[in-house]
Amino acid sequence: MTRLPSGGRIDRTAHLKVTFDGRMLPAFQGDTLASAMLAEGVCVVGRSFKYHRPRGVFSAGVEEPGAMVHLRHGDRREPNVRATVTEAFDGLVATGQNAWPDVRFDIGAVSNVLSPFLSAGFYYKTFIGPLKDSTKFWMLCETFIRKAAGMGRGSYLSDPDRYEKRTLFCDVLVVGGGAAGLSAALAAGRAGADVVLVEQDTALGGAILSDPVGGASDKWLTAVRAELEALSNVRILTRTTAIGAYDGDTFALIERVSDHLAVPEAHEVRQTYWQVHAPNCVMATGALERPLVFGGNDKPGVMLAGALRTYLHRYAVVPGQKIILATNNDSPYQTAIDLAGIGASVTVVDLRAQVADDLIARLQEAGVALRLGQGVVQATGWQTIKAAKIAPVDENGRANGAPTKIPADLIAISGGWAPVVHLWSQRFGRPVYSSDGDVFVAPDDPNCPIQPAGLSAAAASIEGVIAQGFDKGQAAAAASGATSPTGKAPESFETGAFWQANHARQWAILTASGKPKGKAFVDFQHDVKLSDIDQAHLEGYISVEHLKRYSTLGMATDQGKTSNINALSRLADLRSRPMAEVGTTTFRPPFTPVAMGAMVGHEHGRHFRPTRLTPIHHWHVEQNAELTEAGAWMRPWYYPKAGEDLQQAYIREAAHVRTHVGMIDVSTLGKIAVQGPDAAEFLNRIYVNGWKTLAIGRLRYGVMLREDGFVMDDGATARLGENDYFMSTTTANAAKVLSKMEFLLQTAWRDLRVHVTSVTDQWAAIAVAGPNARSLLSDVSDADLSKDALPNNHFTQARIDGVDVRIHRMSYSGELAYEVYVPAGYGQHVWQVIHDAGPPHNLLPYGTESMGALRIEKGHVAGPEIEGRTTLKDLGLEGFASSKKPFVGSVLRKRPVLEDPARPILVGLEIEGKTGAKPGALLFAETGKTEGHGEGWVSSTTYSPALGRYIAMGLLKNGAQRNGELVRIVDFVGDLTLTAKVVSHHFFDPEGVRQNG
Amino acid sequence: MIRIECPILGPRPETEFVYGGDATVKRPDMSERDPDAWLDYVFHRDNPRGIHKEYWQHIQARHWLVVERDTLTHEVIQASLAREYQS
Repeated sequence: MTRLPSGGRIDRTAHLKVTFDGRMLPAFQGDTLASAMLAEGVCVVGRSFKYHRPRGVFSAGVEEPGAMVHLRHGDRREPNVRATVTEAFDGLVATGQNAWPDVRFDIGAVSNVLSPFLSAGFYYKTFIGPLKDSTKFWMLCETFIRKAAGMGRGSYLSDPDRYEKRTLFCDVLVVGGGAAGLSAALAAGRAGADVVLVEQDTALGGAILSDPVGGASDKWLTAVRAELEALSNVRILTRTTAIGAYDGDTFALIERVSDHLAVPEAHEVRQTYWQVHAPNCVMATGALERPLVFGGNDKPGVMLAGALRTYLHRYAVVPGQKIILATNNDSPYQTAIDLAGIGASVTVVDLRAQVADDLIARLQEAGVALRLGQGVVQATGWQTIKAAKIAPVDENGRANGAPTKIPADLIAISGGWAPVVHLWSQRFGRPVYSSDGDVFVAPDDPNCPIQPAGLSAAAASIEGVIAQGFDKGQAAAAASGATSPTGKAPESFETGAFWQANHARQWAILTASGKPKGKAFVDFQHDVKLSDIDQAHLEGYISVEHLKRYSTLGMATDQGKTSNINALSRLADLRSRPMAEVGTTTFRPPFTPVAMGAMVGHEHGRHFRPTRLTPIHHWHVEQNAELTEAGAWMRPWYYPKAGEDLQQAYIREAAHVRTHVGMIDVSTLGKIAVQGPDAAEFLNRIYVNGWKTLAIGRLRYGVMLREDGFVMDDGATARLGENDYFMSTTTANAAKVLSKMEFLLQTAWRDLRVHVTSVTDQWAAIAVAGPNARSLLSDVSDADLSKDALPNNHFTQARIDGVDVRIHRMSYSGELAYEVYVPAGYGQHVWQVIHDAGPPHNLLPYGTESMGALRIEKGHVAGPEIEGRTTLKDLGLEGFASSKKPFVGSVLRKRPVLEDPARPILVGLEIEGKTGAKPGALLFAETGKTEGHGEGWVSSTTYSPALGRYIAMGLLKNGAQRNGELVRIVDFVGDLTLTAKVVSHHFFDPEGVRQNG
Repeated sequence: MIRIECPILGPRPETEFVYGGDATVKRPDMSERDPDAWLDYVFHRDNPRGIHKEYWQHIQARHWLVVERDTLTHEVIQASLAREYQS
């Protein structure tokens, strides 16, 4: 047991049941999983990525590279969870990962023995190169490598928890609730600004929470926190990480609302994704400790010195009795003194030859042994630390004397501190090197909307941290116009020298030859050793970006939080260049790993996008129609009779329309009101055909091109009045057409007095088609629908059961047909009235599948033909193009490449046999090889009840000259070859006798 | 997240807009018959580093804007109604 009998920021009355790999870990409220593990003496928590080396708890925070576990089980199992930031809760179940059978006896550790063959670039060198067909071989090997190397395994079950996205606006966002952030929030809050203060930890305090309970810093924290909590304009979000800074002063926060509970409370979300808009941000994100690099520095029992301080004071856990504190700076000295105070045996091993006299005096007084000018060359032991080999070192960290072995069970290391500048860097690029303190910081720029403060700006003392935080908070508030008096900054709780003042540059402890003794790790999570960096450099990878990708350094889930600076430092040494010149990589969001669910929020399944329903939708559902998606719309696909499948139903429906009458809901068509004195001129420019002669009461089919000359859309437009036109578009292109028209009217054609308005949702549309269409509609409406009164391409106002409607006479099916436009609110009623009047006329509803069959029989083009690569000529629509006027695309459609006579053009295909073709199948000549892309392709296909055979439309090279020729239709995906005869695509009633009858 | 200061709606997030391409190109007059003029308009684009003019449309309110944006920093300098914009 390593838990101290008293102390810590834990509630010893609240006992929690926590298990790791089935082992009970007694924990208290306030513990993390890592502190509970250390308290119970769990050394090995995980196995490393590449070599399966045992790894223990290395840190006490978000930077943790080794102590990662599977958390929870079943559909809530989460991989790669850092034990150091996982709050203990009652019922917590964690298991080891990347190991078999478990983390203590891992078969995969054999790769540690093979490690000389697994150095930087190993995968690439071995599997890409000398072998014939090496890509295939590599892909085979990769499968096994991915299994052996690796991380935790995710759950394949769907996530049972809910997540939400919220938006927040504020004047000042303060990231980090340590001394600097608290001071900044206090100043901005007193100034009257709208402040949001976020802290990723469970409570405010930052490094103060790692100080002794009840000390001067605690009193400071209590007072400042109380004042902040009393300010109504300050919103405090704990358990919340600012993961990203984006353009437009936007920040992303992840609030872990329920992760500290076994399951979220009823109706509560697991996490909230906050999108914050803050014109001013104070980045008080602190600093992360750099490790020292020496042989065996990855073993369980080696941890960061700052983390040891946290476990001691916050969790009352001391995971060792014989402790070595190895350092190159002053920061661990107080911890050494505190440890000696609770009776531990402590030796400070300092790489520096000299330290301040008062520090030495205080160590001696506390009974701490001190070895100056010495370093830990190697840690020995396998799953626990047994001893440290310590040798005197020169100013480059090289041993220059015989090592001595001293027993130890815990080695705490400090190689200095690295400011956390991620948020700033995400937006503004590379931080700059400051030799004062050997750190990368954001360059000083008073106009920058993200202002670092405190340790993230390498402040030199606690007084400096507080003063700087307060000043930046005040300035941020002033920048947003909040200038109430802020009074004085809270008085500092500590004076004197601070961590970075006496930092020495050496951090790697090497033998006299300049090599480490044994495996010395730089990136603990991705198993990148000091020797891998040396090797990468030797092979010419001298850019930090190349080094990163070649060695995979900094590319694990911890994103190199403990490794980046050491690696850069090594590269600088190898290149004999200053750090400033070698530079650093940039940081990208997110700062820490984010659950996919939080990114997704509610936008999944049915909520991924809105579903559009027609005004008649519920009738279709009541009639048990099978529905299909058409963009965002749900449309009736077919109305099956008992036992019918799709094929039987659509053939029956299509045949029924040709012999009797059918009705179909076409409310999804795009509908646009085009109004104004220049509407006819506008239509003339938009459509390829002419509009100036269209009389009121008539309608006309039209085709539109894109600016580049390809066909964009088609549809009918009716002239309702002098300056009032009603345009219809295809369902798919409604939004595109409207936007394009608005664009032209608001930019190039501002002189045209025209307004366009989407009225798609205002009108239901019902198509009634078939020989009995006229008699049916005459029964239900007051309109004269006789051939003379309403010829094809005319419309009339009418009333159906008291509802004002408009009846357009036009045909898509090729039958005598009408479209009834009904105000949306009466859509289903009018549909019902027509349907009720149906029996004497033998009326049936039909769906989109039979509508498609009818239009293919008729040879009308639709989406599969108007697919963005086809011209008027390709589709046999050139006859519509007016030569008397320019229109959108009229010049570019004549480009030579689009006029090439060999371009595939639209043809009909009569398929032999009893099998239909698949759209996308390729067309080949009757004989010869079927290689390459063929001579064309099938676009639309159906069984034709009118012709009693399978037919298709397709685009075929030289199609106009190939009438009657046989071609092969080859479906390489389905491995099917059919034979078809090339015919006109106007399969059925080409003269239009039926629709004009 | 780019935020666009719309002259009608005030500052709005980019998710409320759709991008509509380069606003520095001028559509030829309808009477223009030279294919080169149309090829320039449809296909040829500069890729400037720095301040650029772009069309954006507000999805709900339907108006098109000419947005001056710095392609290096994503800073939106100004947004004007396209129908009032004097190039």
